Amino acid sequence: MNRIVKTFQEKKENILNVYFTAGYPNLNDTSIVLDSLQKSGVDMIEIGMPYSDPVADGETIQQANQIALDNGMTVKLLFEQIENVRQTVSVPILLMGYVNPVLQFGVEEFCKKCQEVGVDGLILPDMPVNVYEEEYKAIFDKYGILNIFLITPQTADVRIRQIDEISEGFIYMVSSASTTGAKSGISDVQESYFERISAMNLRNPRLIGFGISDNQTFQKAAKNSAGAIIGSAFVKVIGSAKDLEKETIDFVEMVRGNN
Amino acid sequence: MTTTESIYNVNEKGYYGQFGGAFIPEMLYPNVEELRVSYLSIIAEPAFQEEFNALLKDYVGRPTPLFLAKRLSEKYNTTVYLKREDLCHTGAHKVNNTIGQILVAKRLGKKKIVAETGAGQHGVATATVCALMGLECIIYMGEIDIERQAPNVARMKMLGAEVRSATSGSKTLKDATNEAMRHWINNPVDTHYIIGSVVGPHPYPDMVARFQSVISEEMKWQLTEKTGKSTPDYVVACVGGGSNAAGAFYHFLDDKETRLIAVEAGGHGITTGMSAATTFLGKMGVLHGSKSLLMQTTDGQVVEPHSISAGLDYPGIGPMHANLWETKRAEFFAITDEEALESSLELSQLEGIIPALETAHAIAVLKYLNAKPNETVVINLSGRGDKDLATYMKHVL
Ligand SMILES: Cc1ncc(COP(=O)(O)O)c(C=O)c1O
Repeated sequence: MNRIVKTFQEKKENILNVYFTAGYPNLNDTSIVLDSLQKSGVDMIEIGMPYSDPVADGETIQQANQIALDNGMTVKLLFEQIENVRQTVSVPILLMGYVNPVLQFGVEEFCKKCQEVGVDGLILPDMPVNVYEEEYKAIFDKYGILNIFLITPQTADVRIRQIDEISEGFIYMVSSASTTGAKSGISDVQESYFERISAMNLRNPRLIGFGISDNQTFQKAAKNSAGAIIGSAFVKVIGSAKDLEKETIDFVEMVRGNN
Repeated sequence: MTTTESIYNVNEKGYYGQFGGAFIPEMLYPNVEELRVSYLSIIAEPAFQEEFNALLKDYVGRPTPLFLAKRLSEKYNTTVYLKREDLCHTGAHKVNNTIGQILVAKRLGKKKIVAETGAGQHGVATATVCALMGLECIIYMGEIDIERQAPNVARMKMLGAEVRSATSGSKTLKDATNEAMRHWINNPVDTHYIIGSVVGPHPYPDMVARFQSVISEEMKWQLTEKTGKSTPDYVVACVGGGSNAAGAFYHFLDDKETRLIAVEAGGHGITTGMSAATTFLGKMGVLHGSKSLLMQTTDGQVVEPHSISAGLDYPGIGPMHANLWETKRAEFFAITDEEALESSLELSQLEGIIPALETAHAIAVLKYLNAKPNETVVINLSGRGDKDLATYMKHVL
């Protein structure tokens, strides 16, 4: 069974999924961060594939992407770096990035590689739902890779139902109309959006991302969903970390409210 | 505005051949979808047509003249007409599109406008229509372009727009476009994004092409008046994203006897690594919401282009042009920085018209066309050169 599906079967709440950019802050930090996140007790890991033009991302992740690319990061190298990741990491792993590098790698080749190294799902914000359905779903299915779709406060109910229908694993709920890391804190308006979606009783569990950075925002998100995704706040931590492992563990403890 | 049902136009799924589509994050889906379902009916409304045409006539100054360039014709031993888009209000063809889009934005109930700009011509044209309609206007422009197109930055500010510097990546048009898209993601409800070329997710390329199609619509009757024949042997236009070329080609797409000549920026030369000639250097990829030709690394990272001309300094090309390239309906040329500079002087001194640097690329192709004396070449003179005086002073004076 796909590790993502299994995780949601075994755990219904307070799921913490943490994002970081591969090859950042240094080219070979990818596996150090992966191992540290595993030790820290996160439920899921999202590895960002750096891209030159990440339009859905705010400044923090843009800069991390640029530094990673300057460090020499590529999709090919990422698969090499995570070749043996399943020897040390047992939680589900998702790759997050933009559609162009995946197209250039070859969608089938990409999915095949994901299966080989033990990646469970992909998040490609600029992959249109209809293109996925018509051109790529069969390939993803063949290699057991889940494609995770996003919804936002502006997504119409009919479209949410449609996305729920074709989703497997979970739905990525974007907390506000924004790029990543643009807003901090969770407002009352956002909470009522969380409640509205929660009341729709979707088939799929939801993780809330964008603007989640600490215990307070994590709690607010987790109250109305299966958990949350943290990106920019963690990227900031590793960007200036002296001890990647320790500071990763401290950060996750802080988010969990264990300190 | 009339439109044609050419096979070179967009299909009902938003594609030109294999190019096009709407590769956008879900955050932009409601806005782009709203536009997609409504743009054709909005544009077809008689009240819209009336307002659009009246503004093109009384505000932009259309129809723009079709001018027989005698001395240029003599030099190249053929018959050259110049379509004088440089005489449009604000100095380039860009305003045809911004007039159309601001009228669409108003009908969608939008209160604010965001746009990207390279040469600053689209920024100025956007700031202009925002002033005209009383809408708030934010323009993103690459840091490098802010420097090299200083007069246009001042014009935008004078018109009441806020100019924001795009400091990421190559600090040029591509990055200004990224920032404008991010701005739209963060302000989806009250803001309309006025894209400046035939790029972006469907329906933008088609919508912009329709607004620019007035260029070839006028060319046809003007040619008939002047030559007795509506179809020339060549239509020539420079291509950044491709909006002036789309407008100049539009009504000739199915006139197979007319050769369509698209001129890209060769920069220092297409083999130098300092170029923006997308059809020579790009391959299929996705940028700014559409699948098209794209200059990129084997890893799929977008390459930073180079052109002396800010308006052509873009690593992609509109999906319509990618299809015209693939189907060989249009022929593509790459003109270097140096050749463009030479042509700017040539046109200035042969015809008394100082062209924009972008446009100078189109002029420069004359020496490669080998058009015959009895053949008619129409060059779309997309803009005037005032904004480029600093560059001209540095390089050619
Ligand atoms: C005068 C002029 N011509 C051409 C262009 C290139 O754009 P497009 O290819 O969309 O016509 C620009 C863009 O800034 C311009 O200002």
